[in-house]
Amino acid sequence: MASIDTAPRAPQRSFSLNDPFFRGIIYQAITAFIVIGSIAWIVNNTAANLKAQNKTSGFDFLWKTSGFDISFSLFPFDRSSFYWEAFLVGLTNTILVAVIGIFFATILGFTIGIARLSSNYLVSRLATIYVETIRNIPLLLQLFFWYFAVLKTMPAVKDSITLPLDTFINQRGLFVPKPLFDDQFAWVWLGLAVGIAAWIGISIWARRRLEATGKRFPVFLTGLAITAVVVGITWLISGAAMTFDPPVLNRFNFKGGLELPPELVALVFGLTIYTASFIAETVRGGIQSVSHGQTEAAQALGIKEGDRLRLVIVPQAMRVIIPPLTSQYLNLTKNSSLGAAIGYPELVNVFTGTTLNQTGRAIEVIALTMLVYLVLSLSTSALMNWYNARVALVER
Amino acid sequence: MSDIAFVRSDMAPSKPAPGSTTGVAAWLKQNLFASFGDTVLTILAILFVAWIVPPLYGFVIGNAVPPGGTVEQCRVENVGACWAYIGSEIEFFIYGFYPMSEYWRPNIVFALLVLLGAPMLIPSVPYKVINAVAFFLVMPVVDTILLSGGMFGLREVPTEQWGGLLITLIISVVGISCSLPLGILLALGRQSKLPIVKTLCIAFIELVRAVPLITVLFMASIMLPLFMPQGTSVDKLMRALVGVTLFSSAYMAEVVRGGMQAIGRGQYEAASALGLGYWKRTAFIILPQALKHVIPGIVGNFISLLKDTSLVYIVGMKDLLEAVKTKNDAIEWASPTQSVTGYIFAAAVYWVMCFSISRYSRYWENRLNTGHKR
Repeated sequence: MASIDTAPRAPQRSFSLNDPFFRGIIYQAITAFIVIGSIAWIVNNTAANLKAQNKTSGFDFLWKTSGFDISFSLFPFDRSSFYWEAFLVGLTNTILVAVIGIFFATILGFTIGIARLSSNYLVSRLATIYVETIRNIPLLLQLFFWYFAVLKTMPAVKDSITLPLDTFINQRGLFVPKPLFDDQFAWVWLGLAVGIAAWIGISIWARRRLEATGKRFPVFLTGLAITAVVVGITWLISGAAMTFDPPVLNRFNFKGGLELPPELVALVFGLTIYTASFIAETVRGGIQSVSHGQTEAAQALGIKEGDRLRLVIVPQAMRVIIPPLTSQYLNLTKNSSLGAAIGYPELVNVFTGTTLNQTGRAIEVIALTMLVYLVLSLSTSALMNWYNARVALVER
Repeated sequence: MSDIAFVRSDMAPSKPAPGSTTGVAAWLKQNLFASFGDTVLTILAILFVAWIVPPLYGFVIGNAVPPGGTVEQCRVENVGACWAYIGSEIEFFIYGFYPMSEYWRPNIVFALLVLLGAPMLIPSVPYKVINAVAFFLVMPVVDTILLSGGMFGLREVPTEQWGGLLITLIISVVGISCSLPLGILLALGRQSKLPIVKTLCIAFIELVRAVPLITVLFMASIMLPLFMPQGTSVDKLMRALVGVTLFSSAYMAEVVRGGMQAIGRGQYEAASALGLGYWKRTAFIILPQALKHVIPGIVGNFISLLKDTSLVYIVGMKDLLEAVKTKNDAIEWASPTQSVTGYIFAAAVYWVMCFSISRYSRYWENRLNTGHKR
């Protein structure tokens, strides 16, 4: 009797164009072929072009003297500095404007976003007008407006407009008093550090106690009080003094004080106002995403108004707000490259502009610039993913 | 008898009727003067409006020089916006350096855009397929021939001479029409099970999204000529188009991917169970639902693209903003408010375009909001 093989057998794969498996392999082979082919073609063309133009390649230019000046830098830079120093100046200037911009845009954006949700008709309408106006106008146009139409039409130095607190504004930029700290001030900084450390300690202790006993402790007020007292005492005892060096108008220019170039002021203004409108929308969406049931449930549990916001609404809203907020921060950082258009010496201006023109190393310079933004972006998203995983809703 | 119980022995005094909840006074009370803090806010807001509106009105209308005015009128003290400057340079802002005798050609292009575009946008107009073929296939060819000329007896106009609003619109329309399909393909590639395709798509999307558009355009303007075989030159407009489209498609891909992830597995499985292959499943089941979910995101990208066209000055195109910026230095209209007026004009044009796009998307969201209403 012939035995019948009843064991399940994997179907024999015979080659057929109708089989998705084989088709997948063919698609991939075609894609790989096209991509590798085009890359080879581009490399080949580039090599031929560079040879024809008698250009060299490589990153050795970074260690040559730059021979150009940069109008604004956080550390000394002049014609005899190297190209890598120019790169660093551009990078620090980009980071500087991004940090200032993010700081102000967050404050303004949260204010406007909350104002849009206000029950006060006039306030919410004004916030809506702000958001809808600013969002729909290109950032570059806004930068041009602030720089060419506002700051460049400011009066000359001798007719400077005087603002409160010894601040002056004119064609050459914004002049603000410069805070000066004497040697004893180190003690005050130390006091501040001790105060903040105590604050953190108290908050850890309070959380442990809350988890163990359920008793609450006013962490914020205590921490603030301790920090203020410690700082105040060290200030008094050490006899530290903080003075302001105000800008004083000489015959031709201001002496003393801190000079902020108009390019920086215009860029910070433009970035802040533009990004704030997007942050406001993010904040509004986040708060609205917390369902009204949460508010009602908190009220039903008898939670106080302030606690309701702090413990129920805000944590849930932040979960929605933080991811798009980070991408707004990233956008602001990337948008700071538009400073090149108004002459603020940030990375694109210094490196992709001047350095590229002088050295002609197009590929290296652009690759390095893109690499900087790539690293900034990827590290931020990595941080973001970590945070997201931490606050994500734990579903059971 | 214990006296813990309380029994009311006399009538409680009647309370006054609650305040009206309708009418002007009630509305004012609810929306402007609900509490002490609210009243303070309202007063501050009124003061702010009173502080900002009269000077703004004075600048834009009250003290402004209307179109047709002279430059001398714009040079007096405390003058408002110099609309006369806009009025006299409006042709440059619309056409750039396009030869004046050939203005009818861009005009036909604008007219075609409106005549073919408007019926596309209004859902109740029939013949959508024919319309789409005309808009996406016929119109680009006709427009290219019309604008660049060189055949059918038309004078040749190189793209360097195109400019102003014309360039802004061309780049936006081409960018919008090309970046959505490209973005969908990239999103499909990113979701694909084929490892090579997937890796390439992820690498492209993440790389492009990480860098600012300005560097992509620098690359298009400086490195593209290096990449091409010797002797070939890439048209400047083409560089701008390629740069803007590729940039926007990466963002579009992420939006579309978000929509595709929002669709339950059941939809994929149901489609496969019905015997639909990959492309049919994607085209008829997945994408229609996915795209519906992400209309706000897609339109948001369209608006960013429209605003980003202002960066094409990097590759040397004179778009609307660059045209305005150039003319703001024109000596013959030099006056205190010249550049402010120019930028306000450009801002108004961009604003009208972007705002109408966002309103139109709101309309579609409501129209497609089927079955999810509570």
